[in-house]
Amino acid sequence: MASMLLNSVRSCSVSPTWAVRFGARSLSTTAQLQAQVQTKSKKTLARPGMKNIVLVEGVRTPFLLSGTTYADLMPHDLARAALQGLLNRTGIPKDAVDYIIYGTVIQEVKTSNVAREAALGAGFSDKIPAHTVTMACISSNQAMTSAVGLIAAGQCDAVVAGGVEFMSDVPIRHSRKMRKTMLSLNKAKTLGQRLSLIGSIRMAHLSPELPAVAEFSTAETMGHSADRLAAAFGVSRVEQDDFALRSHTLAKKAQDNGLLQDVISFKVPGRDIVSKDNGIRPSSKEQMAKLKPAFIKPHGTVTAANSSFLTDGASAVLIMSEEKALAMGYKPKAYLRDFVYVSQDPKDQLLLGPTYSTPKVLDRAGLSMSDIDVFEFHEAFAGQIMANLKAMDSDWFAQTYMGRKSKVGTPSMDKFNLWGGSLSLGHPFGATGCRLVTTVAHRLQKEGGQYGLVAACAAGGQGHAMVIEAYPQ
Amino acid sequence: MAVSRAACVFSKFATSKYPLLSGHISRNLSVSSSLAARTHVSYELKDDVAVIRLNDPTAKVNTLSLQMQSELTEVMGEIWSNGGVKSAVFISRKPGCFIAGADIKMIQACKSSEEVTRLSREGQKMLEKIEKSPIPIVAAIHGSCLGGGLELAIACQYRIATKSKKTVLGTPEVMLGLLPGAGGTQRLPKMVGLPGAFDMMLTGKNIRAEKAKKMGLVQQLVDPLGPGLKPGDRTIEYLEEVAVDVAKQIANKKIPLTKEKSFMQKLQDAVMDLGPVRKKIYKTVSERVLKETKNIYPAPNKIIECVQTGMEQGREAGYLAEAENFGKLAMTSESKAMIGVYHGHVACRKNQLGPPEKEVKRLAILGAGLMGTGIAQVSIDKGFTTILKDTTVDSLSRGHEKIYQSLDTKVKRKAMTSFERDTMMSNLSVQTDYSGFESADMVIEAVFEDINLKTKVVKEVEAIVPPHCIFASNTSALPIKDIAAASQRPEKVIGMHYFSPVEKMQLLEIIITDKTSKDTLASAVSVGLKQGKVIIIVKDGPGFYIVRCILNNFLEYLRLFQEGVELKRLDAISESFGFHTGISVVADEVGIDVVLHISENLSKAFGPRYEGGNLEIVRTMVEKGFLGRKCEKGFSIYGTTREERRVNPEVEEILKKYRVPAPLAISSDFDIQLRMVSRCINESILCLQEGVLASPVEGDIGAVFGYGFPPSRGGPFRFVDTFGAERLVSTMRRYEDVYGNQFTPCQLLLDHAKDPSKKFYN
Repeated sequence: MASMLLNSVRSCSVSPTWAVRFGARSLSTTAQLQAQVQTKSKKTLARPGMKNIVLVEGVRTPFLLSGTTYADLMPHDLARAALQGLLNRTGIPKDAVDYIIYGTVIQEVKTSNVAREAALGAGFSDKIPAHTVTMACISSNQAMTSAVGLIAAGQCDAVVAGGVEFMSDVPIRHSRKMRKTMLSLNKAKTLGQRLSLIGSIRMAHLSPELPAVAEFSTAETMGHSADRLAAAFGVSRVEQDDFALRSHTLAKKAQDNGLLQDVISFKVPGRDIVSKDNGIRPSSKEQMAKLKPAFIKPHGTVTAANSSFLTDGASAVLIMSEEKALAMGYKPKAYLRDFVYVSQDPKDQLLLGPTYSTPKVLDRAGLSMSDIDVFEFHEAFAGQIMANLKAMDSDWFAQTYMGRKSKVGTPSMDKFNLWGGSLSLGHPFGATGCRLVTTVAHRLQKEGGQYGLVAACAAGGQGHAMVIEAYPQ
Repeated sequence: MAVSRAACVFSKFATSKYPLLSGHISRNLSVSSSLAARTHVSYELKDDVAVIRLNDPTAKVNTLSLQMQSELTEVMGEIWSNGGVKSAVFISRKPGCFIAGADIKMIQACKSSEEVTRLSREGQKMLEKIEKSPIPIVAAIHGSCLGGGLELAIACQYRIATKSKKTVLGTPEVMLGLLPGAGGTQRLPKMVGLPGAFDMMLTGKNIRAEKAKKMGLVQQLVDPLGPGLKPGDRTIEYLEEVAVDVAKQIANKKIPLTKEKSFMQKLQDAVMDLGPVRKKIYKTVSERVLKETKNIYPAPNKIIECVQTGMEQGREAGYLAEAENFGKLAMTSESKAMIGVYHGHVACRKNQLGPPEKEVKRLAILGAGLMGTGIAQVSIDKGFTTILKDTTVDSLSRGHEKIYQSLDTKVKRKAMTSFERDTMMSNLSVQTDYSGFESADMVIEAVFEDINLKTKVVKEVEAIVPPHCIFASNTSALPIKDIAAASQRPEKVIGMHYFSPVEKMQLLEIIITDKTSKDTLASAVSVGLKQGKVIIIVKDGPGFYIVRCILNNFLEYLRLFQEGVELKRLDAISESFGFHTGISVVADEVGIDVVLHISENLSKAFGPRYEGGNLEIVRTMVEKGFLGRKCEKGFSIYGTTREERRVNPEVEEILKKYRVPAPLAISSDFDIQLRMVSRCINESILCLQEGVLASPVEGDIGAVFGYGFPPSRGGPFRFVDTFGAERLVSTMRRYEDVYGNQFTPCQLLLDHAKDPSKKFYN
């Protein structure tokens, strides 16, 4: 079985820091005060009568190209690794968590409630309930916001949220006809019935059914939609390749400089220890330009190099009420503030989630684009990011499709996905959300900003955004 | 009465949403085209690619009018003489239309076949120049590319089409009794092979982009785009960008114009190269055409002839045959009639009344029988929120299933996605109570044909629906005023007579009473148009318009039957006139009980004029349970397939009892034919005389789309114009001598007979 390496870092032993932190808390009565001390220009988003909910810790397994080192695992193994990593990092007692929620997209039928299987395997108390959510690429965002909801409603004080995706093995089914025959075979009573059922099997029934990465409603694959989206917004191939190259370059830099602290090491049974993402491959413009389009042929612009790749990986975060976190002696990383979910036309606006969700969440939080110090957007396709940036910069689009008076504006590239993104780090569908939030928290700490914004698109024409506030240091 | 007898060729007419040819005034302007500034064709150089944009500013769609042609020739001359231009792109600036066809007015204006032939020759020459262009030309197609538009496209060296639902390619000339007259009969077989070309040209069907790619009609497809950064469809812009890029690559020889043929393709070509194989194809196709059209339509044979001439004797001979036949066809009465029907169709698809005060969004339909279900089906797929109410759960379940199955068939044929099907079905609510009626904008009743039931329903519904709600009755014979009499709001009562099967029959007969308000009519028209119907508006009266005509036809048929004319012979005679089937099939389709009910009603209303065959025969049939198609037994016995049908011997048995001697003087095939049609034609003209009909156009469209009057005859009114009113009157007089006033020509017909200058159409 997979074992966790305690390579890192801060808190494996709880005791010494406990008292200190506890003390610290009694000094600073409210977080609000601290925030005011830290940045005078910016207000805190704490609201009277509402609980402050904090991100205590966030970890993830290295994200690997599917079919590589994780190839022989199962999804709950990855989720388990992330959970154990979280346990190790935080040192939280295995029964101190009230609830566990996991997000995933392609479900392994054997572990349909992967949250529960992973939690049990990770050694959490069997008294902790766990459920699994799914919302395409924002599944773990949904896991986190569900946790926020449980805490805000007073149901829980400490919740583990996470996400997992395992693309090295996906459920491939027998054809419907074959399944029907096999199920009838179960019920057949006499040998004659069985033989006649077996006799009814034809060669065509044996062809398997593959899960499609296509929208069920429109039967269009996401890459195809992304290509059309890029074309609709006039995003050129060069723009896309440049953005993808930027993502890989920044990711490489972040990896080399050890900024990706959320990555835990993972000893894969029968394999070596994995401690790095393996999809980061900065290439050259020339090489990228050589690739043929992957979806719309021959004139499309979306290629393998400017799309996110199929990835295996899992992530986990510990979310608590601020009170509880401080009571347990933790130093939270960030406040989780306002969040929104949006949805729109799954055909022509499949991947425009960030365009819709960003202004909405900023309005809720009473912030504007310029207030945000750290942007972490999910990069499904370079073309999708560029299209979103163009849409966000268009008054006409805002007025015509979003019923807004004017555009929200584009994020400054100096603040945008500075440690790489899904294009380079990888995109295990169900796990990306936690990576985004944890990265914002880490970047806020590192860069000294006050507010961070997470935004993501998802299949089904849905989207999500969340505002994250730095925890006073 | 429900009727399904649309001629096979014509039944596809409806699918061509975009008028292939539309009238406009450019012809008058075109005299001094070379001097005036260009208005229809413009071009712009993008690097070394000339982007030629087509846009007829005077019409909704582009047509290959004289103006368009002359400007095109001029522009091409400039481009070809410009050494800097290495390739070119044809693209339309109209969203939803590349070129919808030749200009029909241009052909109609010609006085002789020689004139039309000349037009054709000029078109052929222009397109031949394009085919032999020294620089590659790419046709970038978005929207309808039909007739002459397609001929232009296939003369180009490369074709790119958008996958938009609006993009259709086809040669619909045959539906106007014409043929592709600008080289189409010569190029198409080379491009898509003989079978494919015949299929296109003989049926005139529209081909979607994906299919066109598979057939080899276009080389590349472009996906339609969603909204971007500015108003309007960016798809055309995108198409242009792609096309320009492709044009450059063709010029640079990066994209080859001749594709390496697959082994299967080579094999096919080799087989096609064999003379006997081609001969066999011509023969098979000719036989099919004969079987389907009974030689009523001259165009299909000419198309086959042109293709054959071109394939066997070379391009030049082919061109010549094409131009000559095109000229000949344009002068035939069939083509003129079909063009007339086309214009009428367009006119009856327009909303002349403007939008109603309150748009109808929520429909409620009473009765989940065949009609109610059909009406629900054509409503939910157009976005109406629809309630289907019936008294029994069984019929609701059947109705729901029927709608689901017919949508699901489209899913299986990939005409729609399962998601689209589900969204459409979500517009439908089947129920046994009146819940939801309180917010209905229009109620259409399709309950059993019984005036007491209908008036009861009116009262029940009016107790619940909001005051603005319209009550429409889908009755086939009961006078609307009798239904309106039971209403508190007679101005909101109207008749909407659909034809069965509703999802296939295009006609909707809207019936107004003296009290029906303008706004109620406007609502009914806008609902009908949204449901995809061709609309005629008639005044209230027994049988309205369509049923009056067809019943005359039926009663005469029944009498002929009694006189010992065999059913098969009757059907053959009907078919030779151009009807798709004999009227017995129609009666079976409608239901013999319904026919009886209508016949009784109308003979009560009109007296001896509505006599003919003995209705006792029909009554006995109903008693014996020969109710028609619905119980697989009527005049004929039906098998499981649509085609399988044989005479019901038991009906012949019944007939023996009612046998009457046949008057030999008027029992020739010609007389039998005229006896059947003259009665219903006379009735049509009477309807116009009485003011039931507002115009001959509506009368013709109603007849063609309502009961399958042969489109090649153009409808009863055009038939009289062509056949001659005087000739018709004198023929009818012969029958009148034997049978009395059933054949008495109406006054309006007599007026026309007296004065040969009087025509229904000028």
